[in-house]
Amino acid sequence: MKILVPVKRVVDYNVKVRVKADNSGVDIANVKMSMNPFDEIAVEEAVRLKEAGVATEVIAVSCGVAQCQETLRTAMAIGADRGILVQTDEELQPLAVAKLLKTLVEKEGPQLVILGKQAIDDDANQTGQMLAALLNLPQATFASKVAIADGKATVTREIDGGLETLSMSLPAIVTTDLRLNEPRYATLPNIMKAKKKPLETVTPADLGVDVAPRLKTLKVEEPPKRSAGVKVADVAELVAKLKNEAKVI
Amino acid sequence: MSILVIAEHDNASIKAGTLNTLAAAQAIGGDIDLLVVGSGCGAAAEAGAKIAGVSKVRVADAAHYADGGAENVAALVVANAGGYTHILAAASTFGKNVMPRVAAQLDVAQISEIVTVVSADTFRRPIYAGNAIATVQSADPVKVITVRTTGFDPVAETGGSGSVEALDAGADTGLTKLVNRELTKSERPELGAAGIIVSGGRGLGNGENYHSLLEPLADKLNAALGASRAAVDAGYVPNDYQVGQTGKIVAPQLYVAIGISGAIQHLAGMKDSKVIVAINKDEEAPIFQVADYGLVADLFDAVPALTAALG
Repeated sequence: MKILVPVKRVVDYNVKVRVKADNSGVDIANVKMSMNPFDEIAVEEAVRLKEAGVATEVIAVSCGVAQCQETLRTAMAIGADRGILVQTDEELQPLAVAKLLKTLVEKEGPQLVILGKQAIDDDANQTGQMLAALLNLPQATFASKVAIADGKATVTREIDGGLETLSMSLPAIVTTDLRLNEPRYATLPNIMKAKKKPLETVTPADLGVDVAPRLKTLKVEEPPKRSAGVKVADVAELVAKLKNEAKVI
Repeated sequence: MSILVIAEHDNASIKAGTLNTLAAAQAIGGDIDLLVVGSGCGAAAEAGAKIAGVSKVRVADAAHYADGGAENVAALVVANAGGYTHILAAASTFGKNVMPRVAAQLDVAQISEIVTVVSADTFRRPIYAGNAIATVQSADPVKVITVRTTGFDPVAETGGSGSVEALDAGADTGLTKLVNRELTKSERPELGAAGIIVSGGRGLGNGENYHSLLEPLADKLNAALGASRAAVDAGYVPNDYQVGQTGKIVAPQLYVAIGISGAIQHLAGMKDSKVIVAINKDEEAPIFQVADYGLVADLFDAVPALTAALG
């Protein structure tokens, strides 16, 4: 069976972004870009399923600017077999991405799509659920464990009160949470090998999808700054401050 | 304006986050209906009708809604979405699971985790782990929204006198089956609704220390217990303790961070707390940059001393 893994190019998680002076967005010029960490977990899970003999092919997909090729090469260095870039310079919102992915799922026929639960730039947490809705497929979001057997997926999910396990027929949509696995580091030979793997480029128009944004960003601002308070000398001073100054205990 | 709020409940009562979500609905303004979907959820529906500001509770009660699965709940919401200008739910794991499915079926965007209502079509929401706040405007005919509950003070749980209307249940989609649910049992306040949170990080060293040091302190303060991602990854406590960008977002009156260095992903989950206390032996730890009161000390001495000092 095939597994499709969408990957997003985002500002690296170690970078503290700055809001542009004209409040039009955050400044991403000359900032390190990486694969969204949750998507890395998705690629790792798909590759492990292939290594375990459950999957036969792992296809990485990225939607966005030409530089998303680098993100696809990273996915292929982890172990994806090939990549598809849906190239556009337009701003892509989750609904548009879900529509693009839907056309690729219909074309490629994967039994499983594994996505990151959220991208760390827009923090939307939508694309997997939207893809499942558009395809009318079962969804298992926030997965911490995935098992595939007998045409079924059994997925443990991290929910507010603890954990729950769902069973569903394939094809299915899974989104990853942090503790699903620990992605491997790509080795140099695998990075070299990834450069030779097939990478196909299509456009939203080729796929017949209207990607026009539905939400307009009017402005982007700095959050209210929280300034550092005071250092207290000992526990007694801390308790006194909490009681008499902050009045929270 | 006509607003549908999806309630989160345990069949007997409505969960706290729904009260904050209703406050966001009131900020938008208009008629507010509350949708209660479950199995044997009559008591929750009655409780919903008493909440201030709810004009009507719409109840769908059927066996296949017992597990709150996204596929069945979203299908029901979509079937009953007619006439509403806004559909809201709390940005809990339930809301995050269901609402994008609703939005896609309605062919509209979802607006995730709003913290402010600017107007009926314009909202503020954090991006980049809260390091920026975006103001977004939707041109869609229906606004599907998840609400960051810490952004809105809850409405009163009583004082309302809404009507209750039964809805026809939809067909069972049969797409997923719940095999098992392991909920963490705790006598403590719920993390998302607690007034005081005691939170531990990797500085505690292991799960035994986490429990033996933090539980007595939490008992004294009647606090909920939380943790950093590092502490959860290391297995000190279960996943539902995690506070941060992708865990729980909290804003208690008092947040006590113990042995937590303060990665930006953790700060994203707690920096709106009213008062932050940090106890860490590393005086360079980033947590001190947001703490109102910082104590540079060995937590193994300071925490028992603090517990004792609280008498």
